Amino acid sequence: MSRTDWEVVIGLEVHTQLNTQSKIFSGASIAFGAEPNAQACAVDIALPGVLPVLNKGAVERAIRFGLAVGATIAPKSIFARKNYFYPDLPKGYQISQYELPVVVGGQIHLLVPDGKGGAYEKVVNLTRAHLEEDAGKSLHEDFHGMTGIDLNRAGTPLLEIVSEPEMRSSAEAVAYAKALHALVRWIDICDGNMQEGSFRCDANVSVRPRGQAEFGTRREIKNLNSFRFLQQAIDFEVQWQIDLIEDGGKVQQATVLFDPDSGETRAMRSKEDAHDYRYFPDPDLLPLVIDSAWIERVKGELPELPAALSGRFQGEYGLSAYDATTLTASREVAQFYLDTVAAVGSANAKTCANWVMGDLAARLNKAELDITASPVSATQLAGLVARIADNTISNAIAKKVFEALWNKEGDSADAIIDAQGLKQVTDTGAIEAIIDEVLAANPKSVEEFRAGKEKAFNALVGQCMKASKGKANPAQVNELLKKKLG
Amino acid sequence: MSLSLDEVRHIAKLARLELAEGDLAATQAKLNGIFGLIEEMQAVDTDGVEPMSHPQELAQRLREDRVTESDRRAAYQSVAPQTESGLYLVPKVIE
Repeated sequence: MSRTDWEVVIGLEVHTQLNTQSKIFSGASIAFGAEPNAQACAVDIALPGVLPVLNKGAVERAIRFGLAVGATIAPKSIFARKNYFYPDLPKGYQISQYELPVVVGGQIHLLVPDGKGGAYEKVVNLTRAHLEEDAGKSLHEDFHGMTGIDLNRAGTPLLEIVSEPEMRSSAEAVAYAKALHALVRWIDICDGNMQEGSFRCDANVSVRPRGQAEFGTRREIKNLNSFRFLQQAIDFEVQWQIDLIEDGGKVQQATVLFDPDSGETRAMRSKEDAHDYRYFPDPDLLPLVIDSAWIERVKGELPELPAALSGRFQGEYGLSAYDATTLTASREVAQFYLDTVAAVGSANAKTCANWVMGDLAARLNKAELDITASPVSATQLAGLVARIADNTISNAIAKKVFEALWNKEGDSADAIIDAQGLKQVTDTGAIEAIIDEVLAANPKSVEEFRAGKEKAFNALVGQCMKASKGKANPAQVNELLKKKLG
Repeated sequence: MSLSLDEVRHIAKLARLELAEGDLAATQAKLNGIFGLIEEMQAVDTDGVEPMSHPQELAQRLREDRVTESDRRAAYQSVAPQTESGLYLVPKVIE
């Protein structure tokens, strides 16, 4: 239908809740799940005369993030008041950063699935990341026609990470959000719990005819707390904007909400009141000064970053970019893989990767277990890989041994192979005996093969494998069978 | 720069101030007077002067990340107009 080829432009603002003990400007706890208002102190509820005092742990996490994305850590940044009235914001303003944020620039490297089973690399530039406080929660259930306010969340430290409008599809936006989610967990600044709101995305979405230099008018989708919703909301919004323009309409700048039940986005605030926040520097807070000694110390404490480790997996272990990225999706998975390779040797790195990403991942997924709770340890998996490598067992038998390890039928691959008699038969004489039996029992297949039917050969191989209970070395069976029939 | 009466109304609304129609003109004059002051200040040559965000030339003091506050909800809520199940109650907010 459409004659115009539309290009989608997406920028993301992600609010990551920092995993400190206490709030950003007060000594109240940020632990999840407390009784309403039990963790809202005088500063958080904005009693008169209180003053905010900045949490060093929150600043340190911002520095960690800045270093991890190759950004500039501002030697001096300032806090500003963002003014608006809402009952879950007792001060009438949110303390945030406006003109001089703590983190400037930086990049996120990602691998975007191309929808055809492959993936392409993409770099998304970051505009900034700034520290701010969260607001409380409004509960609109019926309290005799009133609204209930819980201020436990008020003052929780957030790092808002703002990307450049460089994503061109919902798939790229999701890949970016996932890469960012993995990174903040990797460097341990955020627990990444999306259900509890620790990682929330706002998506700025616009469309323009391909080739046009100027951006179209954008709408901002607020508070997307799952990757699936992010994808659905962007897809719906893009189609809505294209339909509107093609019908002769014009997109008005607006803030919209996504309704997961209907799958639609709808406008939330009227335009006149939106974004009129009258920012000004907060006189209660002095400039935040970060010296190079502090930055150096934080740098020294950072773990090896996923991008570096992924590069190492590709360079040292010969893994593909896709495998390396998958194995560095979380620190726990990467560690499990490293432990497995360390135990069996890097010559088997590729086999280890296949097992960690394949059978193990699938089994963990099915059992809804985290890799840290895996019933099969890295050492046990390494033991299994070692037996595949030295031809003690075939891949098919290895899957059986893996199941047995998972079900705790033995302590090690070796113990299970011994106890269940799964050792691969490589003795030529023994295999020949099996082949002779199979040939004698299947004269029809033999005839068919002699008549030129290739399929009959595979059927005979299958029979031999079956007769050996899967233990015969398949390559040897092939070779010896050919010889016998030849 | 000077403000129109509509802008004065808008600013008052954003600040949740109730301004009687009769007070608008006087408020407009006061605000415009402040703009006059700012214009005078902007005549000063500030080339090469680093802008200050705070009148004191000091850096923010930081607090160690420790929980130092205990639950004093009962005391705070004893002066709140209305509470229920630990929540502060406010007139219905609909968005």
